[in-house]
Amino acid sequence: MATTIGVVVFPGTNCEHDAVAAVEQLGASARLVFHAEDKLGDLDGLILPGGFAHGDYLRPGAIARFSPIMDAVSAFAAQGGPVVGICNGFQVLCEAHLLPGALQKNRGLTFLCQPSRLKVTSTNSALTNAATLGEELTIPINHFSGSYTCDVDTLRELQNEDRIVLRYVENPNGSLDDIAAISNEQGNVVGLMPHPERAVSALLGSADGVVLMESLLRAASVSRV
Amino acid sequence: MRFIARVEVRLREGIADPEGATIERALPALGFDGIASVRSGRCFQVELDAADLATAQNHAAALADRLLANPVIEESIIEVTPL
Repeated sequence: MATTIGVVVFPGTNCEHDAVAAVEQLGASARLVFHAEDKLGDLDGLILPGGFAHGDYLRPGAIARFSPIMDAVSAFAAQGGPVVGICNGFQVLCEAHLLPGALQKNRGLTFLCQPSRLKVTSTNSALTNAATLGEELTIPINHFSGSYTCDVDTLRELQNEDRIVLRYVENPNGSLDDIAAISNEQGNVVGLMPHPERAVSALLGSADGVVLMESLLRAASVSRV
Repeated sequence: MRFIARVEVRLREGIADPEGATIERALPALGFDGIASVRSGRCFQVELDAADLATAQNHAAALADRLLANPVIEESIIEVTPL
């Protein structure tokens, strides 16, 4: 049976179909999971896609974190299931304390929508296990609150435990230590601001997101066994 | 009894505040002299029913901590007064 990825949809999510298309293009299947459900069913991996869950009211991810589905997402993550939060999904994972730190408004207070060059700085995660350490990828960013921040102790932990998985080559938003993506301690939960699902074909300007999506599928097929 | 909780949420000391910094730069440009610093924040006014002031204060502190502020980057100052 094909690996199946669940794509969680909150009111205001808008990248779910891009995520489904990217997963299907790579030969796996995908299923949308609505925020009001309280069970995930039989899934091998999860994507929390981008958008503006609950209008980003209060703070991005602040309301989404209390959605009924989030208990099931936390349980899935605790069992080692791969979970990738993209953009708004990253913000939701931070608010839900599945990842440390927070995403603040961009330095410069501008909405950024542009290609970004990234460096793979750890391959020890559900997002980068198929990538090569030091590899450069060009993947678009599309956010207003993407400046990663955390306290000094957390930053040291992330650095020492090899949990900063992608860094910006040229920091676009003021993120601490050029962080574009981090993982939890086990490496199965990853959040990133760039959109790999929008970079899966040369026709889209870049196919560099493929290696990241493939990493997720690989982690999902392993967790299935 | 009904109370009003005024919850001011602001960024913790040391957390970058791009909005505050932008306003700080704008004020002298508008001719306001002597601006030492600006920090941005937001204020919520919550009306709530509780048996007494202490209970209302506890509720206000809990809801500020659970939802209104993100303790990773923000702190809240809470003032509760009877309506």
